[in-house]
Amino acid sequence: MDAFLHQVFAGLATGCIYGSVALALVMIYQATHHLNFAQGEMATFSTFIAWALLQQGWPYWGAFAATVAVSFAGGLLIQRLVLRPVEKAPVLTNVNVFIGLLLIFNALAGWIFDHTVKSFPSPFPQESMLKTGYFSAHEFGSFLVMMAVLLTLYAFFRFTPLGLAMRAAALNPESARLVGIRVSWMLAVGWGLAAAIGAVAGMMVAPVVFLDPNMMAGILLYGFAAALLGGVDNPIGAVVGGLIVGVLENLLGAYVIGTELKLTVALVLIVGTLTLMPAGLFGKRVVTRV
Amino acid sequence: MNGRRSPWLWLAVAAAVAALLVLPFLVKNYRVFQFNLVLVYAIAILGLNILTGYNGQISLGHGAFYAIGAYVAAILMERAGLPYWTTLPLSGAVCFVFGFLMGFPALRLGGHYLAVATLALALAVPQLLKYKALEAWTGGVQGIVLTKPEPPFTFRFLGQPFNADRWLYVYTLLVTVVMFVLAWNLLRGRIGRALIAIRDHPIAASAMGINLPIFKSLTFGVSAAYTGVAGALGASVIAFVSPDSYTVTLSIFLLVGMVVGGLASIPGAFFGAIFIQFVPNIADEISKSAPAAIYGVLLIAFMYLMPTGVMGLLRRLWLRVHGRSKPAAAAGAVPVLPTTTPKET
Repeated sequence: MDAFLHQVFAGLATGCIYGSVALALVMIYQATHHLNFAQGEMATFSTFIAWALLQQGWPYWGAFAATVAVSFAGGLLIQRLVLRPVEKAPVLTNVNVFIGLLLIFNALAGWIFDHTVKSFPSPFPQESMLKTGYFSAHEFGSFLVMMAVLLTLYAFFRFTPLGLAMRAAALNPESARLVGIRVSWMLAVGWGLAAAIGAVAGMMVAPVVFLDPNMMAGILLYGFAAALLGGVDNPIGAVVGGLIVGVLENLLGAYVIGTELKLTVALVLIVGTLTLMPAGLFGKRVVTRV
Repeated sequence: MNGRRSPWLWLAVAAAVAALLVLPFLVKNYRVFQFNLVLVYAIAILGLNILTGYNGQISLGHGAFYAIGAYVAAILMERAGLPYWTTLPLSGAVCFVFGFLMGFPALRLGGHYLAVATLALALAVPQLLKYKALEAWTGGVQGIVLTKPEPPFTFRFLGQPFNADRWLYVYTLLVTVVMFVLAWNLLRGRIGRALIAIRDHPIAASAMGINLPIFKSLTFGVSAAYTGVAGALGASVIAFVSPDSYTVTLSIFLLVGMVVGGLASIPGAFFGAIFIQFVPNIADEISKSAPAAIYGVLLIAFMYLMPTGVMGLLRRLWLRVHGRSKPAAAAGAVPVLPTTTPKET
């Protein structure tokens, strides 16, 4: 039983990471109805920036804040410079641009910071108050960070005028424009937020999986799965989806099929769930008028 | 398309055939190998285009069908000792069954959900190929090494021998022509119109008596069969199959090729195949340190210049030259995928 609980909690810890990647995907999806394939590589690149700052001798939380700020600005700029020209293009053209971005970020990370695997420090010391029976300090710490991100986002969308404007722009762009919201800029802010969340996820996962240019490739897929499982238009759903995927993956790997096929089985289960509930667990069912 | 047929048309076709047959003797062996891969990718992209371009079902997992086709061919050749040319229909048939089965969950999943479900397929297949229980068949991580088919006869032309690669070129070209003619026949008539109707307005399509579930899953099957045939051909051309040759990257590049060539267009598959085969080489020559970054930049630049792909651009130019009176590009011109609902700009 103890071992079982260990697996569950370890799954919850990785699930937090998947959840935050899913959250970043949902941010962009809500604003633009696109799934950003470059999300993972953007997060990896942000983590490399944090790594470089730490190498310069910055204190951890200073580097953390700077990275989040730089990532926000970077995400904003990418939307303004790269994606605006194809805003009106078909969805698959956008997908190709995302793939282009993915290749660029991956190659740049390898080129600037080279391909060697780097260790990334955890801000939560091994023997701290956070260490409990089932969680390591880092696992619990990243869980707290994740919850903080979620609460901040909730507060941002619920209580600030900018958050309200962004929700309006996502829900009904035409009416939002009529009341004076600059809808196109709201998309850019959405991209900035997504990049910032991705950066946080990257910095939380890097101490566990180590830092290299392909760090996020597998995690992004779990992030997709989590976002869709939770319902791609629901931020809370994304986080819950992430937790489910994390626990599922861990338990299946430990008890049912071993590590070889756990990705396959987890994905099959997710696709099965989606087949039964096409809008995800918490998604809105879209009803259209004929 | 099939209006008056002037003798000039036949002359042009004959000249094109002659040029295609002479082409492999003008270049080095490695280039012939690359041309073979272009043809193989063209068939795979055409298969994807039948599903995504014409029928509006986005698949990020066609690399999986390509892998299944390749492995079926490799196992039949190496383990069962069948001649290489018999493997194509068998690979196609196996992939048709897999695709048809995949088509059922696809009925319930729209847009991005389907994209991710197929992506899961693309991830799962290499893992399954490595799986221990199947190792006796698939050779596990090592894969299967094949021998290139020998030409039935040899001669020298323009100082170049008619060797295995050049024979494969002729063989691949023949298969490509057959596959493209079949696709053209399939898509130009009632079935093609039904597929486009399903893509553009499923409710109206079913009101007009089109059986959506059957049509959509059959389309998935046909599309998978095309990609499976391409995979089987690719196995012969490369003479090697291994799980790591068929990763998610392959699926994504097939999608890239399709969009670059142009959605819902048959000849576009060639442009897409040329793009995914040769642009990485060009990127490699521009920058040795970060070729993938150059590839990414080229891809994005391409999408800015031709948001609807090469064929989209050609259609626009054609309309400009010939005026707007001819309904030349009406049939499959503007694919509106069901997921494109960014209502604002």
